[in-house]
Amino acid sequence: MTSVFVPRDSSAVSLGAERVADAIAQEAARRGSELRMVRNGSRGLYWLEPMVEVATDAARVAYGPVQPQDVPGLFDAGFLDGAPHPLRLGITEDLSYLKNQQRLTNARVGITDPVDMNDYLAHEGYRGLQNALTMQPSDIVKEVTDSGLRGRGGAAFPTGIKWNTVLNAQADAKYIVCNADEGDSGTFSDRMIMEGDPFVLIEGMTIAALAVGAGQGYIYLRVEYPNALTILNQAMDAAYQAGYLGKNICGSGKAFDLEVRVGAGAYVCGEETALLESLEGKRGMVRYKPPLPAIVGLFGQPTIVNNVISLASVPSILAQGGAWYRDFGMGRSRGTLPIQLAGNIKRPGLIERAFGITLREILYDYGGGSASGRPIRAVQVGGPLGAFLPESQFDTPLDYEAFAALGAVLGHGGVVAFDDTVDMARMARYAMEFCATESCGKCTPCRIGSTRGVEVLDRIIAAQDRARNLPLLRDLCDTMQAGSLCALGGMTPYPVLSALQHFPEDFGV
Amino acid sequence: MSHSSLDHYQHVVRDIATRHADLPGALLPVLHAIQDELGFVPPDAVPVIAEILSLSRAEVHGVVSFYHHFRTTQPGRSTLRVCRAESCQAMGGTALEQHIKQRLGIDYHATTPDGAVSLEPAYCLGNCACSPAVMVDQAVHGRVTPERFDALLKDMQENAV
Ligand SMILES: Cc1cc2nc3c(=O)[nH]c(=O)nc-3n(C[C@H](O)[C@H](O)[C@H](O)COP(=O)(O)O)c2cc1C
Ligand code: SF4
Ligand code: FES
Repeated sequence: MTSVFVPRDSSAVSLGAERVADAIAQEAARRGSELRMVRNGSRGLYWLEPMVEVATDAARVAYGPVQPQDVPGLFDAGFLDGAPHPLRLGITEDLSYLKNQQRLTNARVGITDPVDMNDYLAHEGYRGLQNALTMQPSDIVKEVTDSGLRGRGGAAFPTGIKWNTVLNAQADAKYIVCNADEGDSGTFSDRMIMEGDPFVLIEGMTIAALAVGAGQGYIYLRVEYPNALTILNQAMDAAYQAGYLGKNICGSGKAFDLEVRVGAGAYVCGEETALLESLEGKRGMVRYKPPLPAIVGLFGQPTIVNNVISLASVPSILAQGGAWYRDFGMGRSRGTLPIQLAGNIKRPGLIERAFGITLREILYDYGGGSASGRPIRAVQVGGPLGAFLPESQFDTPLDYEAFAALGAVLGHGGVVAFDDTVDMARMARYAMEFCATESCGKCTPCRIGSTRGVEVLDRIIAAQDRARNLPLLRDLCDTMQAGSLCALGGMTPYPVLSALQHFPEDFGV
Repeated sequence: MSHSSLDHYQHVVRDIATRHADLPGALLPVLHAIQDELGFVPPDAVPVIAEILSLSRAEVHGVVSFYHHFRTTQPGRSTLRVCRAESCQAMGGTALEQHIKQRLGIDYHATTPDGAVSLEPAYCLGNCACSPAVMVDQAVHGRVTPERFDALLKDMQENAV
C-alpha cells in the first residue's frame, strides 16, 4: 500500500495541510485507492507547504504547495506512483535546499511519524540512550563535554559544564527542565522538533537524567503551541508504554518521569530562573544569580535547564560520540545550528548547517533573496534582543565569537530579513515597546527605561529636538545595559543601538 | 451574572483546585484548567484557589495578573491573536494589524460588541516562516492577507454557539 505523507506541523496546517489531508482521504475513498496516510513533521521548506510526499519504490517524491482543489488532479496524474504534475517538485532528498544541509539534530524531522515509536526505533532512535545505559554518569557527561555542545537557547553556555555541576551536587532530588518557551520572534526550531520528532527530545532528557541522577523532568512549553502539546503528550504516552519512561527505563532499574507544563504568555519566562519560578507556580520574576539553577534550581534542588535543541542534540552525540559531533563547526562553535530563516524572504524555512556558513549564503543561496524582490536592507539575528546587521556584515560566518565581535548575537538561530521599505527607527521603537510590555518589573532600568525609550523614540521619529533626544536615547541604553538583572533589559539596547549605528538616516542623522 | 452561573463557577473552580492540590507547583495548571473550562478566571475564583492550595489571596491574584494569557473577564466566542513581532512586520503585518482593528472596530484587549471576537496581541506564534500570522482560538493561520482575514472573520462571526 502506498504511503502518503501530509505534515501535521503547525505551519503546514496554518497553510491548509489539514484540509489537504482530508481531501486526499476523501478522494482516495471515492476512487477506491488504498493508501496509508502518515502525518509527519515538516521538512522545513515552508514556501512549499503544504508539501505532500509519496513513497515510491525508489524514493519519496514531493508535491507542493498543494491545496485541496489540487487533489483530484494529482490523483488523475497518478501522483501515487510519483508521476509528473505541475506541482511535482522531484525526489524530496534531492531538493537542493534540503540536500545541502547537515541534519544531525533534525535528522528525522519530516521523515518519520512523530508519535510512532516503531518508526523512531527504525530510524536509529534510542541508540544514544542504549549507549548511555551502559556508561557511568561521569562518562556520559564527558561525552557531552567533549562534543563541544553549547546551549542553543541563547546564552551558548557549554552544556557539559552545566551537567557536571549538577552531577557533582549532592541532593535528594534533582530535576531536568526543558526550556520550550521559544519566545524569540523569528524562531521555530524547538516547535519543529516537538511536533516533528518529539522522541528525540524525550530521549535527550532521559540521557540527561541518567547523567546527573535526576528522577523527574519537566518540559516548560509556551501556551502558543497547543499542537506541540498534543503531539508531545502522544509521544510521552508511547514512551511510557514502551518502557522508555517511568519506573524502570529499559529494564535498567532507573526511573525517570516526565511531564509537560504550559506557560502563560510571558516572554521573560524563557529566562531560566523566571521559568523555574513559573514552574513553582509563581509570577515569572527573574532570580538573582548565584546561586546557579544547577545548584539551587527547581524547588531548591540542583536542576539542569536546557533548551529543546540542546537536549535534542544529545542523543546523536551519545550514539556517535562527542568527537564525531565536534568535527562539525568552526572555532569554539561546534556542531550544527538549526537556522530559522524568516521575514521578507523568498524561501523561508529550517536550515541545519555546521557553524561557519555565512549570513549571505543563508539569505541568498538558501533564501533566494527577499520575497518582495527588493534589496534586503537589514537582518535581525537572534530574536527580539538581537542586533540588526546591514548588508556590509552579511559575510560574517555564523559563529558565536564572530557575532560577539560585531556586538551581535546568534541567540537561538533566528534570522529575520527586511527589505528596503523597513523603517529602522520604528524597529528600534518596537524593541523598546516589546521590552516595556514583557519586563518582569524587578529592575528600574528595564521597567522604566524601556517606557522612556519608547517616548524618546517617538520624539525622534516626529523630528522633535533630535539633537537632544538622540544622546538621551544612548544614555538610556547605557543605563539599561549596565543596570539590568537579565538580558531582557540588558540586551534591548542591541537592536536599538545597532539600528541607530547602521541606519542613522532613518533617525534623521 | 445569575446565581446559577456563579454556583457553577464555584463548583468548577473548587473541583479543579482540589484535583490538582497535590501537584508540585499547582497554580499554573489550576489556572489553565479553569480558563480552559470557563474561558476566563473569574475574580471570585481567587479566594477559593488560595484556600485549597494553601496560598495567600495576594499570591494567587499576583500570578493571575502577571501572565498575559490569563483573563478575568468573559472572552468573545473566538479569541483572535495577531502576531506583532518582527518577522510578521517584515511581511506586511503592521498593515494587516490596522486592517483587523478597523474591520473589528476595536483595539487590543477588547471584545466586539456582538460578542464574536476578542482581540489580543501576540509576540510570535512560531509561524514566522509563513508570516504574517494570526491565531484563532487554537488554530494558527499563515500568510494572512486582508482578504484571507475577512474570510476568517466571516467564520468567526458565524460561530454563534
Ligand atoms: C528574557 C530571556 C528570554 C529567554 N527565552 C528563552 C527561551 O525562550 N528559550 C530558551 O531556551 N532560552 C531562553 N533564554 C535563555 C535561558 O535563560 C537559558 O540560558 C537557557 O534556557 C539555557 O539552556 P541552554 O544552555 O540549553 O541554552 C532566555 C533568556 C532571557 C534573558
Ligand atoms: S532586566 Fe527586566 S525582565 Fe530582566 S529581571 Fe530586570 S526587570 Fe525583569
Ligand atoms: S514573528 Fe510572527 S509568527 Fe513569529
